[in-house]
Amino acid sequence: MNSRLPFLLALVFSGLLGGCGTPEIASGINDPYEEVNRRNHEKIVNGDRSFLRPAAYGYAGAVPKPVRTGISNFAANLGLPSDVLNNLLQLRLPDAMHNSVRFLVNSTVGLGGVLDPGSRIGLTARDTDFGETLHVWGAGEGVYVVFPGVGPSTTRDVVGKGVDLLINPVWYLVGLPEVLAYPVVVGLAALDTRYSFGETVDSLLYDSADSYAQTRLLYLENRRFQLSGGVQEENGDLYDLYDESFE
Amino acid sequence: MATYMTFMMKALSKMQDRRSVLFGLAAIGAASVFPMRAFAFSPAQAEAQITKVVADITSIINSGKPVSSMIGSFERLFATYADVPRVAQLVLGADNRRATPAERTAFAKSFQGYMARKYGKRFREFIGGKITVNKTRTVKTYYEVVTTAQTAQWAPYEVIFVVANTNGRFIDIVIEGISLIKAERTEIGAMLDRRGGNISQMIEDLQKAG
Repeated sequence: MNSRLPFLLALVFSGLLGGCGTPEIASGINDPYEEVNRRNHEKIVNGDRSFLRPAAYGYAGAVPKPVRTGISNFAANLGLPSDVLNNLLQLRLPDAMHNSVRFLVNSTVGLGGVLDPGSRIGLTARDTDFGETLHVWGAGEGVYVVFPGVGPSTTRDVVGKGVDLLINPVWYLVGLPEVLAYPVVVGLAALDTRYSFGETVDSLLYDSADSYAQTRLLYLENRRFQLSGGVQEENGDLYDLYDESFE
Repeated sequence: MATYMTFMMKALSKMQDRRSVLFGLAAIGAASVFPMRAFAFSPAQAEAQITKVVADITSIINSGKPVSSMIGSFERLFATYADVPRVAQLVLGADNRRATPAERTAFAKSFQGYMARKYGKRFREFIGGKITVNKTRTVKTYYEVVTTAQTAQWAPYEVIFVVANTNGRFIDIVIEGISLIKAERTEIGAMLDRRGGNISQMIEDLQKAG
């Protein structure tokens, strides 16, 4: 199993790499598996209704906010080595340096990452992931996909998530009994996020006329914005398509 | 009086020529366009306008008033600073073409209230936050006023107000790459699909949504 892994990774990379140059940001909606995706979306909404949402509200009710924030900070801090690794793979050295210093500051002054003094001195989080690394390497977005446990994504970003799981330095730097706490704190941080964005997520999943279409739009637009480095995607003719009716 | 009549007769006979009818219409069109050009907003004016908008939003959020009162304040702000008829037309998208003038007006009115309820409710999540204006850039016939929203809970994020250069009113809000026009076009489109494309039914239901 392990010996096959490098081969599989090589296969995935060679298939995804579309050559060098400035990576392009996709536009429009490419969703050939809509039928399957809609079924998976339905499962996710049901899972949220019966498990995630009640668990998030239960967690928020049982654990005081400063403790929740501390746990979420701790989980986010343990994710930083993975960000640095991806920054290096992207050859974005200033980001690698920024995230490394943030990790050092928060791990020491921030008491092992429970506090976030880094943000106060301008070292705010610069999140990244292997999906972004693939984008920087020239991989296209692929098609829109939804999987239970993963949520809205694209073929490129699903591969990215899988690779991130494997190459996360935490697994190799932290010893065996302790490292099992990592998935637990990540899970608790996820509950805190679900609670913090409570009304926004509720409105999206439960009040939308078509929550699948709305989620797809929000995911793709936001992900593309993120990958463009905060440079607004040209909205093309969005605002002047129907101009003739204003004359 | 007689000379006036002669002039009109001559003019009318000239208008038999289709080309001069078109020229006449073009002149009327130009007359209605040029005053607008003369009063077109500059990037600095657009930025000043949005600075007022974000100051108003910040004071509404932090007013400590109940949500229902905040929703009313937000609707007034939307009506004052946004180009509501244009936003409504952009949201209706292709369906705008088959809507009657009465339906367009009714939709703009319902949409304004719906927006205030839907987004006003969420303002609770932003209590203690503030929005600052960073810069303004020109894109085609509109300006993008780039602002940063800061809240106690999350890392600062970008909010862009898209302002029409003709009247200085905003026509879109783009939060971290997510366009309100696009999101609501998806929403309204789905509502129409569910009602077999019935615009008046959608407008009626919109008054209860959000």
